[in-house]
Amino acid sequence: MEYFLQQLVNGITLGSIYGLIAIGYTMVYGIIGMINFAHGDIFMIGAFIAIISFLIFGLTSIALPFILLFVLLISMLFTACYGWTVEKLAYKPLRGSFRLAPLISALGMSIVLQNFVQVAQGARTKAIHPIITGKFEFFKESDFVVIVSHLQIFMVLLTIALMAGFTFLITKTDLGRAQRACEQDKTMASLLGINVDRTISVTFIIGSSLASVAGMMFVLYYGVIDFYIGFLAGIKAFTAAVLGGIGSLPGAMLGGLIIGLIEVMWSGYISSEYKDVAAFSVLIVTLIFFPTGLLGKPEIEKV
Amino acid sequence: MAIFGPIVGLRTRLQKEGLYIDPQWLMVFFLVIGSALGRFLINLNSSRKTEIAFVKNTKLRISNYFSNKGKHIAITGFLFAVAYPFLPFTDRYLLDVGIMVLTYIMLGWGLNIVVGLAGLLDLGYVAFYAVGAYSFALLSTTFGWSFWICLPLAGIFAAFAGILLGFPVLRLRGDYLAIVTLGFGEIVRIILLNWYDLTGGPDGIGGISRPSFFGLPFTNNLKEGENSFHTFFNLEYSTAHKLIFLYYLILILALVTNFFTLRIRKLPVGRAWEALREDEIACKSLGVNPTNTKLTAFAIGAMFGGFAGAFFATKQTFVSPESFTFIESAIIVAIVVLGGMGSQTGVVLAAIFLIGFTEVFRELEQFRMIAFGLAMVLIMLFKPKGILSNREPTIKLHGDKK
Repeated sequence: MEYFLQQLVNGITLGSIYGLIAIGYTMVYGIIGMINFAHGDIFMIGAFIAIISFLIFGLTSIALPFILLFVLLISMLFTACYGWTVEKLAYKPLRGSFRLAPLISALGMSIVLQNFVQVAQGARTKAIHPIITGKFEFFKESDFVVIVSHLQIFMVLLTIALMAGFTFLITKTDLGRAQRACEQDKTMASLLGINVDRTISVTFIIGSSLASVAGMMFVLYYGVIDFYIGFLAGIKAFTAAVLGGIGSLPGAMLGGLIIGLIEVMWSGYISSEYKDVAAFSVLIVTLIFFPTGLLGKPEIEKV
Repeated sequence: MAIFGPIVGLRTRLQKEGLYIDPQWLMVFFLVIGSALGRFLINLNSSRKTEIAFVKNTKLRISNYFSNKGKHIAITGFLFAVAYPFLPFTDRYLLDVGIMVLTYIMLGWGLNIVVGLAGLLDLGYVAFYAVGAYSFALLSTTFGWSFWICLPLAGIFAAFAGILLGFPVLRLRGDYLAIVTLGFGEIVRIILLNWYDLTGGPDGIGGISRPSFFGLPFTNNLKEGENSFHTFFNLEYSTAHKLIFLYYLILILALVTNFFTLRIRKLPVGRAWEALREDEIACKSLGVNPTNTKLTAFAIGAMFGGFAGAFFATKQTFVSPESFTFIESAIIVAIVVLGGMGSQTGVVLAAIFLIGFTEVFRELEQFRMIAFGLAMVLIMLFKPKGILSNREPTIKLHGDKK
């Protein structure tokens, strides 16, 4: 039981990382109907920017909460620039082209970003000392002590805060309304005076900054990153997006949590070597049995 | 504003160059200047519509030329490929590159059946390549069977894997299918990596037997009473024989793939593939069973992937999961798409371009992958239908003058 609780805590923490990345996928898919293969690499870049800014701020003597805040803002800002540039360069000219073109272009972009970081930062894994230490211990009297670290609480709280802000953005502001309009019908939206191109760019910016938050959390949680983390995390986050129902934002978060839990439970109870297989199997099973996901709307194919 | 914005975007984008403790601001500076210049050039370019029109005309002319002379080019290419090992400038290294290019051409043609003809984007093609290579390796090391027995078996295993994957997933639409096949490719790799008893895990399988020329091995150390290739033909022993033999082997395998594809296009099943690619709903209403049809495409594509994998195993005499990463799948897909989906000649050109190109820049190691990715993006931007775009149906109704 204690073991299970521990895994539950770990799973929720991991799940919030996946959930944040998954939102980027699901938003982009919702609005332009393509799988943004480079999104996992955007997450990776966010992690790199976070680690670099942690190092820079580590030299100064600012209090820890401010460091966290600054790093968060900086990585969001820079990663958003990346997301925006990728969209401008690789996807925007291909809008209206045949279906596979943006997909291939995204694949190419993903290779470029990965190798760009590899060249710029070196291929070795980068490690950082844990920044947030301290933990709560529960069930001290039993034989298995459940540990909830401050970091995990911080991550979950940050995710909840971001989700709240994000939901507000989507449901209450003009920008969110424009976004939802573009999702439903681009032509009609542009007829009604919405700048569709700008809305799509903004979508990429928001998605990238959320991914960069996930990247920063990844740095804090694992302390080790390399240029290849984006690929696996990207696939798992995509699985989360599909599981939650692609195009649905709460679904993405829910899917992220479920994938995180499945992965942690799988490696805790069955085998840690095959934990990636678990995620992929979930993807395949979901697509076969509930192609619309848990919270997605069924899609009607018209002739 | 629109011009200035991107410059700023690119500038901020590259400011993370600062590496750990020693920042390389000089490098950043150059990159910023470079990207700003690039941006400037692009802007200049887009303002000159006339020039673009000229470029378009030339492109059109080139593609017309290619489609008119397609047959001649194919024949010349074929003759060149046959003569390649004996050309004066061909040394060991070039021969090796030739073998590699041909392997990718074969993979490209195999995948072309799935992507080009049936229109199913398969991002996990490397899985079948891996299945072929591993089944070949296992069969040949555990049972000691010769290349010619193992080759078809490897193909059959790969086709079986194709059916196994295809059965559940083929109901999915384009993008989902792509991602599921990608997942499948990774699953296969992870299983190969972790199933230590069977596959040797990360160590791979070594000591796979080389193919023999109708029972004549290519070795120098013979026992009494045995013949090898060079003694049988009274030739001086040379390791080049083996390479040349491997070269012809892959050439023949690739040509078989090509021939098969060209023929099967004219069979009902090939026509059903193309019809499915063009319009699935119309096909359904005309009584074509989409699942079965797609499944055959998948299985046949996988079978050729398996053959190529078997060839790869015998050429390297060693297989390990590292050879079958996602990047391989991406390269093969890139070859097919850049070549123009469905075009056999295009696949050849794209394979020569991509593989040859990356081989030439082998010294630059990491930069070549950046260039590779950029090439993918750029070709999509400027020529979204591939270098040779001939995605026309093989047959048309009479009176259709398109």
